[in-house]
Amino acid sequence: MIWLGIETANAPLSVAVVKDGKVVAEVIQNIKLTHSAGAMPAIENILANAGIKTNELDAIAVSEGPGSYTGVRIGVTLAKTLAWTLQKPLVGVSSLKALAANAALYDGLICPIFDARRNNVYTAVYNGAGFDVVVADYHDHIDGLLNRLKAFESPILFIGADVDIFWDKIIEVLGDYALRAPFSDDLPRASEVIRLASMRDLPSVEAIHHFIPQYKRIAEAEANWLKEQKEKAHE
Amino acid sequence: MGEFIMDNLVILAIESSCDETAAAIIRNGSEIISNVVASQIESHKRFGGVVPEIASRHHVEQITVVIEEALAKANMKPADLDAVAVTEGPGLVGALLIGINAAKAFAFANNLPILGVHHIAGHIYANALVQPMEFPLLALVVSGGHTELVYMKEHGSFEVIGETRDDAAGEAYDKVARVLGLPYPGGPRIDQLAHEGEEAVVFPRVWLEEDSYDFSFSGLKSAVINYKHNMDQRGEEISPTAVAKGFQESVVEVLTAKTLRAARQYNVKQVIAAGGVAANKGLRTSLEVTFADEGIPFYVPPLKLCTDNAAMIGAAAAPMFEAGKRGNLTMNGRPGMELKSWVE
Repeated sequence: MIWLGIETANAPLSVAVVKDGKVVAEVIQNIKLTHSAGAMPAIENILANAGIKTNELDAIAVSEGPGSYTGVRIGVTLAKTLAWTLQKPLVGVSSLKALAANAALYDGLICPIFDARRNNVYTAVYNGAGFDVVVADYHDHIDGLLNRLKAFESPILFIGADVDIFWDKIIEVLGDYALRAPFSDDLPRASEVIRLASMRDLPSVEAIHHFIPQYKRIAEAEANWLKEQKEKAHE
Repeated sequence: MGEFIMDNLVILAIESSCDETAAAIIRNGSEIISNVVASQIESHKRFGGVVPEIASRHHVEQITVVIEEALAKANMKPADLDAVAVTEGPGLVGALLIGINAAKAFAFANNLPILGVHHIAGHIYANALVQPMEFPLLALVVSGGHTELVYMKEHGSFEVIGETRDDAAGEAYDKVARVLGLPYPGGPRIDQLAHEGEEAVVFPRVWLEEDSYDFSFSGLKSAVINYKHNMDQRGEEISPTAVAKGFQESVVEVLTAKTLRAARQYNVKQVIAAGGVAANKGLRTSLEVTFADEGIPFYVPPLKLCTDNAAMIGAAAAPMFEAGKRGNLTMNGRPGMELKSWVE
């Protein structure tokens, strides 16, 4: 069973090839190269290095978001088009869950964070022991998240390259309950995307056309439009 | 197709630069085997215009569906193709990226060369799907985002001799439509109202410098807004048909006159119109009558090839392919891409 994994949901890029439960090759980088230019060549290179031809792939795993809208869409578009034209199943995995999985052996609460700009975050809370969802993936203001986390009254491991942006605030609210994952766990890994995907039943190839990103946030224009409709209804 | 002898060159073309997700299969740059367009107009209507983020979301939902449909309608497999072509720019960057990344993944998986095509070159080459292009040629490109006069001395040679200095013609149409309270997209509605009108409110013609082929439509748009404002202040009703007719007459007169002057100066063998506004009946009729009198062949593609589509991208890609042009997997969306010649 050969998997290709693609992770471009935020600034970092990761692609991996996993064969029969072993990582054959993986690239993890956080450089200033846009995914639009860099992701496809990275896939081409990793398959070439792994000596795998596209028709040898059995399934494709992709990080489906949340994250940068454009980043998520590039990974999903590449994965969808590859899966569809190769007629191989496509499995989507939460970008937050894949990041949290870097700390899967941690026995306690894990909080992955992606910066969503203007003091907003995409986040979730997982329980490391069984990897259960404690707070499902969502979009929140950092203050909203921290208030929620405070109520747990328990140590929480923060993970992700974007955690540093909010670290002072996190410490301020959670004090000693705030734990920081080692920097080497901060970048998402496509091999984790594949590992989580491989735990699921493979969907049919007919499902590929209907695969959509998980933005966890409606478009701003739509939010404004809905607000206007609500106001009109009140008048 | 003129000097090119193409032997069954089959191209899959993809276009996603604005609010249409499209795929087509084109043979020899001139024959449409299939042409699929998934329009998002309904989705953007409530916002009164195209919302980039919403457009991108739709593209990612539709992209594999339209490519599959293009292949299915052509009864073809990837193995029947010689190349993949995609709109590289200009356009909405987030929207462009969906078509480009789908094209890259498809080309890579099927071991096909990829070509990045300029959207305006595509609009011009939509004409090659109707009749062979004869050079030298003058193209008037008019759409929601563009108003340009392009001189072509041969395939792949583009010289922009005039362009808008502010609003595109289509943009002015949409803005005036909003002033008149017409639903989006307003251009076709104004065209319709203009034909219903008997009288016309006279609006200024903006000619710029005497020898200039450039255009300007923002002053005209302001004149319409001021007219409505003045009438409102006087408590008088405006006649939407008279405003539409007057506005359209101004746009059409300037576009026609500058196109005619350029056609004479450059001594062209063919004049073509392209882009969404080329579907406008008033403009079409004016250009047809003018160039019939002048004795220069004038062509405009049918409506479905004037609005954004992938068939035109495949038509432009064919002579590029023949000229040896190739893109690669690092291709990125180029929202402000300039129209450049691909021949010396």
